[in-house]
Amino acid sequence: MGISFEKLNEIQLDALREVGNIGAGNAATALSNVVGKRVKMEVPLVKILPLKDVPEWLGGPEKEVLGVYLTMSGAATGHILFVMSIDDALKIMHILLGDLTPSREQVLEMDEIARSAMEEIGNILSSSYLSALADFTGLRLNHSVPSLAIDMAGAIVDVILIEISKRGDYALLIETEFLEEENRIKGYFMLIPDTGSLEIILQAIGVI
Amino acid sequence: MYNRVVIGMAEYWVSDNPEDVICILGLGSCVGLCLYDSGKKIGGMVHILLPESIPGQTNPFKFADAAVPALWEKVKNKGASPHNILAKIAGGAKMFSGTDSLFDIGKRNVEVVKAELRKLNIPLRADDTGGNRGRSIMFYLEDGRLEIKTIGQKPVVV
Repeated sequence: MGISFEKLNEIQLDALREVGNIGAGNAATALSNVVGKRVKMEVPLVKILPLKDVPEWLGGPEKEVLGVYLTMSGAATGHILFVMSIDDALKIMHILLGDLTPSREQVLEMDEIARSAMEEIGNILSSSYLSALADFTGLRLNHSVPSLAIDMAGAIVDVILIEISKRGDYALLIETEFLEEENRIKGYFMLIPDTGSLEIILQAIGVI
Repeated sequence: MYNRVVIGMAEYWVSDNPEDVICILGLGSCVGLCLYDSGKKIGGMVHILLPESIPGQTNPFKFADAAVPALWEKVKNKGASPHNILAKIAGGAKMFSGTDSLFDIGKRNVEVVKAELRKLNIPLRADDTGGNRGRSIMFYLEDGRLEIKTIGQKPVVV
């Protein structure tokens, strides 16, 4: 049993799109607060993708990205992965830290300052989406301490895709573009509910 | 001239064309298994996701316990000699630090692949597994060499 993403109808997809919208809005607000400047966002794209296409969608399997992984617990359980390219993460760090921004090499080597800055950004953004989901569904949802990885996109997502592949062959991906003056920053949010939890979420929204 | 073939998750490629270079890009906790007959220059590679088969799922190339014998059959059917076969494996990294059991999947993938190779008496000639970095791997059928790239490091050949 358990609904998989490819079997969702239009109304259910719209509901998840709305969660994506609110989440991205929360994330933009959170980013604005962190950087002390107004951060806007484009309407997010919500995609149901075959697993094998996910790395391509993130810029190709060898694209250097940062991934922040969290588990969701409470009324619904599952996994969350937030992905952003290293170049875009550096843009945020530059807004935050100015001249103190670590170099690309320091980031790739997971230098301590780079690591904690990246962890913080990933944490803020991913918890923004999760609180949107909690607000929209009225469900009580918690998340674990985030875990960070910096590597090739294919390698970062494969552990999550492995988890999804136990049940189905599709993933839900929310792509959001954040805008701060001339900076355009793309973030990808993936939600992987455990078996039964997608039903709980859809029920709570009232589309099942 | 090389002929590059990129395989995705749960996919495989088997060939007797020495110009083929079979690749997996951005391998994390998945495992890339190569089988090779050096005499006939016949080989194959599979991109394995999970250690054990799940009832109801039919693609054997997704699961280590089924993928090792399945790739072995494909390579034999292509004409490889059972006496000349060798294996090389890469991947099985732990990409995220933490205690989540999800993160141990790479290690378990490697264990099951090795156990299956032992059952089939296939010698494991090269083993670049574990660690916490992603890998891109290129398997050259002209001589069976496996090239491994990680971010910020020079490629290594095993």
